[in-house]
Amino acid sequence: MNLNQFISYIAQGTIYTVGVTLIALPAGLLIGTILALLYVYGGKVTGRLMNLYSTIFRGIPPLVLLFILFFAVSKGINLSAFWAGSLSLGIVSSAYQMEIVRGALLAVSGDQMKAARAIGLSRLQAIRYVVLPQAVRLAIPPWSNEVAIVIKDSSLVYALGVPEILRRAQLIAASSQQYLLAYLSAALIYFLLVFLTTRLLNRLENKLAIPANP
Amino acid sequence: MPKPILTIKNLRKSYGDHVIFEHLDLDVNEGETIVIIGPSGTGKSTLLRCINLLTRPNEGQIWLDDTEITSKNCNEDLVRQHIGMVFQNFLLFNHLTALGNVKLGLTRVKKMSDQAATEKALRELERVGLADKAGHYPGQLSGGQQQRVGIARALAMDPRIMLFDEPTSALDPELIGEVLEVMRKLAKDGMTMLVVTHEMGFAREVADRIVFMEKGYIVEEGSPNEMFNHPKFPRTREFLWKITELYGKKKEDAA
Ligand SMILES: Nc1ncnc2c1ncn2[C@@H]1O[C@H](COP(=O)(O)OP(=O)(O)OP(=O)(O)O)[C@@H](O)[C@H]1O
Ligand SMILES: [Mg+2]
Repeated sequence: MNLNQFISYIAQGTIYTVGVTLIALPAGLLIGTILALLYVYGGKVTGRLMNLYSTIFRGIPPLVLLFILFFAVSKGINLSAFWAGSLSLGIVSSAYQMEIVRGALLAVSGDQMKAARAIGLSRLQAIRYVVLPQAVRLAIPPWSNEVAIVIKDSSLVYALGVPEILRRAQLIAASSQQYLLAYLSAALIYFLLVFLTTRLLNRLENKLAIPANP
Repeated sequence: MPKPILTIKNLRKSYGDHVIFEHLDLDVNEGETIVIIGPSGTGKSTLLRCINLLTRPNEGQIWLDDTEITSKNCNEDLVRQHIGMVFQNFLLFNHLTALGNVKLGLTRVKKMSDQAATEKALRELERVGLADKAGHYPGQLSGGQQQRVGIARALAMDPRIMLFDEPTSALDPELIGEVLEVMRKLAKDGMTMLVVTHEMGFAREVADRIVFMEKGYIVEEGSPNEMFNHPKFPRTREFLWKITELYGKKKEDAA
């Protein structure tokens, strides 16, 4: 078996890796953003609850959470391993993304909110038109970090039998006995995915940058 | 008899046990410029924050024209539209151009069309002498220019009264003049203004009344002539002397 065939066998898993990422990441972003807004603007009790959520989900290894959520979720509803794995990773990621968005909101809030309210904007309008647009920009660098983590963590769904990159590498390694080559190929594909995505987000950050903002 | 735009009656504000001020009364008449002076920590900023409802007083009432804005069922957002606020540290919206800063309230609060808002915003920028900087972001403007955009942003809402909280104290000395000039012009055009400042030159020249606050009380108020030349209380004389000395010196140093 030549190297090309080797890599192309493993690379067929990319569609699952990308699929898992494309589900987990936006799901985590949506949940994380809503929770972050509740955390920052929802009052004391809500804030405590959100803090609890974040502490719990960030305090457990993602693989353990993946198993727990997978078996909990698939008990309730009949989901494929792919969907259950993706959503579970999304929930794990939501805790981290909540912290990212929260940090950005807090960094912008306060004075900018005060200025927005002073011209008669309601709280919601102030969040929508003044705080969020600035928070998004602040959040991109840490968020791009989280994107890399989610891409890499997507490999965890191999444990549920989803035929993504790592899983396929494992299969071909076992059948060909070329372990090192198999995992090096997998590593290369992961690396390229992360590298390209990070570059893309870097460009986005530069594009959205506010001129001369300190 | 001039008609008060703003009436403050028996106002009291405390944070926990710490009383900032109490029994505070003040009327601001239409077209009047009132300068509030007083030592640090006296509650001047707190008073302005109470007036535009950024914080709630514990007791007393404030009326804007015939509306009691401190009443429970008063719409805060509506009140703030009619009260312009200019901050010490400008607080421009960093992600918007000068034009965008002035426009935001027009499109989102006043619900004006984009074109009408742009036209009005440009007129307001013209008023503070910055029409040519409409496309600049705050980071691309000097402190003095930023503060003038801040003034234009507040003016755009056509407020009944403008509040200024030390609008020039974050500025380098050479940039103070351009901001005071804009304020002087506003006063002349008949805008009602309540200004907290240490700029005694401005107070002497522009104020209709100077209010001296200390430790949460209004010690004395009167025309600039009365306050500077015939103050009733020694404290007033002392404070005015000290502040003129202090800030006059700073300017000389800068010059
Ligand atoms: N949110 C708050 N919580 C508790 N105390 C506060 C709060 N805001 C202001 N204070 C206190 O209220 C007092 C008056 O503050 P304020 O800022 O109104 O004074 P000031 O006259 O504007 O002073 P300066 O000239 O320094 O601006 C200060 O002792 C301050 O510590
Ligand atoms: Mg103050």
